Amino acid sequence: MSEHIVKAFSEQLEGLSSGIAQMGGLAEAQLADAVEAIGKRDSTLAERVIAGDPRIDELQQASEDRALKLLALRQPMAVDLRDTLAAIKTANELERIGDLAKNIAKRALVLNREPPIRLTQSLARMGRAALSQLKLVLDAYSDRDAAGAEAVWRKDGEIDEIYNSLFRELLTYMMEDPRTIGLCTHLLFVAKNIERTGDHATNIAEVVYHMVTGGHLANERPKADITSSTAVPYERNE
Amino acid sequence: MLWAIVYRANLNGALLFAAAGLVGGALAVATLGVFGLWIVGATVVAATLLAVFSARRIVAAHTQSAIAADDSTVLPQRTRDVLETIVDPLMLIDTGGRVVFANTAMQALAGTDAESKNVAAVIRTPVILEALESTQRTGEPSSVEYAERVPVERHYEGHLVHTARPPRVTVLLLHDLTALKRAEQARADFIANASHELRTPLASLTGFIETLLGHARDDEVAREQFLEIMHVEAQRMRRLIDDLLSLTRIELNEHVPPAGEVQLGDIVRDAVATLAPIAQTERVSLVPEIPPNLPTVQGERDDLVQVFLNLIHNGIKYGRPGGHVWIALSAPAGESAYGRGGREMVSAVIRDDGDGIPREAIPRLTERFYRVDIKRSRERGGTGLGLAIVKHIVNRHQGRLLIESRLGEGSTFTVLLPVASAIEETAPAPVTELL
Repeated sequence: MSEHIVKAFSEQLEGLSSGIAQMGGLAEAQLADAVEAIGKRDSTLAERVIAGDPRIDELQQASEDRALKLLALRQPMAVDLRDTLAAIKTANELERIGDLAKNIAKRALVLNREPPIRLTQSLARMGRAALSQLKLVLDAYSDRDAAGAEAVWRKDGEIDEIYNSLFRELLTYMMEDPRTIGLCTHLLFVAKNIERTGDHATNIAEVVYHMVTGGHLANERPKADITSSTAVPYERNE
Repeated sequence: MLWAIVYRANLNGALLFAAAGLVGGALAVATLGVFGLWIVGATVVAATLLAVFSARRIVAAHTQSAIAADDSTVLPQRTRDVLETIVDPLMLIDTGGRVVFANTAMQALAGTDAESKNVAAVIRTPVILEALESTQRTGEPSSVEYAERVPVERHYEGHLVHTARPPRVTVLLLHDLTALKRAEQARADFIANASHELRTPLASLTGFIETLLGHARDDEVAREQFLEIMHVEAQRMRRLIDDLLSLTRIELNEHVPPAGEVQLGDIVRDAVATLAPIAQTERVSLVPEIPPNLPTVQGERDDLVQVFLNLIHNGIKYGRPGGHVWIALSAPAGESAYGRGGREMVSAVIRDDGDGIPREAIPRLTERFYRVDIKRSRERGGTGLGLAIVKHIVNRHQGRLLIESRLGEGSTFTVLLPVASAIEETAPAPVTELL
């Protein structure tokens, strides 16, 4: 960050971005714990994730207040303005990731009451892929690394691919045995929630890219989620 | 805005400001008369208040910055040298949350140029930040344990201590527990996987033994046939045990960067030579393309041989009988690597002209015991671990594994490995992809 004549201004900007980093750390931990609660069938951990969500909301509020104050008192320009805007946007995305982690944890509580099935391992694996995206994009935010952000942005397709694969598999299970519909629906929602966290990480990547360079990543991001138009043919076994 | 200016100006400046108010006021009196006098009064009062008030703040600010200058900007070189010798990651943080010092081990973990940044921009792990806050508030030391899950799972124990005398700093020392935790986990996984996967061939062996002990005892033809099947099953069990053992070994070392430099060309030649007899039986031609003057990669020879053995063997197993497996190496060509800092990569492309892999199976190929077609994998003697082993080895080498395939058009496996010099530069920030 370049020096400002008014040193307090630099400090406030830096305080803003370290607040975001702190919030990012919390969102990472929440997502990691939620995914682990699924993978290791740990309901205590799931409860803790649910209880931890309000803290992220608080931090989002605090970041927003800080940013507003900075806008009002300092009238930031150019990169400073982009920094401030990035902080507001990123806080918003992180808050959504926190909510999704909470939702995953809630489903984990239900899933953990059912007999274990192998597919939860695939979910945990998908969760780790999303977590890796989140970590890399937060690193890029702290390091002001546009190339890192762009790499994250390009890589979202992989999570979508895993999601497509799981989606098909779950559909097949439900058709083979309607008794699994309840369980599979929960799994489907967990998968969807994880896929959404990947999208939010991608959004942050766009914000970071804009913050550093002032330019925009191409408007249309590589989309590989095709489940909204996927149908598995239904064959009745007589 | 006014406040900001006064706050940062020095005491004299603030007094000057008050004086300016007086002069300005006098001028106002001259032009505006009685009403002007009122304005003068108000301005002088305001300016004086401002001067007094800001003087107090400035003194306070000066005291603070004197302390800050003492500990944050000037850490004696000797102290730095001593702290540098500590092998565990170590960081000093001042009371304002700014990183005063980070030793090499810490920079390897949290990125270079950590110094003078705010601590949250360097380490954002919530438990650490909370412990730091409580240690700085209470002065009591604290210890926390936490895990980093991506890109490679690592476990740490963090110790925070606040120095007793001013200028006070907080010492954060991290202790790596990964090796310990991995050993525990590897044991648990091994038992679970092994027992599950070994049960199938064992059940079949037991079944045939029972039959041989019973009514097939005197049936010459059946006995021959059964022994043949038992032989195949026993071999399968052995392969499975071999693969499980190597996977366990690789996982234990995944967080240790590989030592040694190797020429991928030699490794591919060795792997092709080893697999030539099998390829001949399956009537598959192996076509290596090794350009001269490839840069060396940093890696462990045996591990990398296993990567190519597994990938080429897969090409033979799942390729077209009478088809080809191409193995092409190429020098770095602008592949911008992923994560903190770009790296040059040597690429190895293993391509077959077999049936290909369904799209939805590709992201899950490296899962343990995931098989696209269970029956076919069993027939071809697959253990379901080959690609998991490849993934872990590539991960450890800070490389990437890319899989492309289209049904009916064969499959392409690309391994990217950082060239030897590049890995040395970026080794402090371990970056890996899961797929």
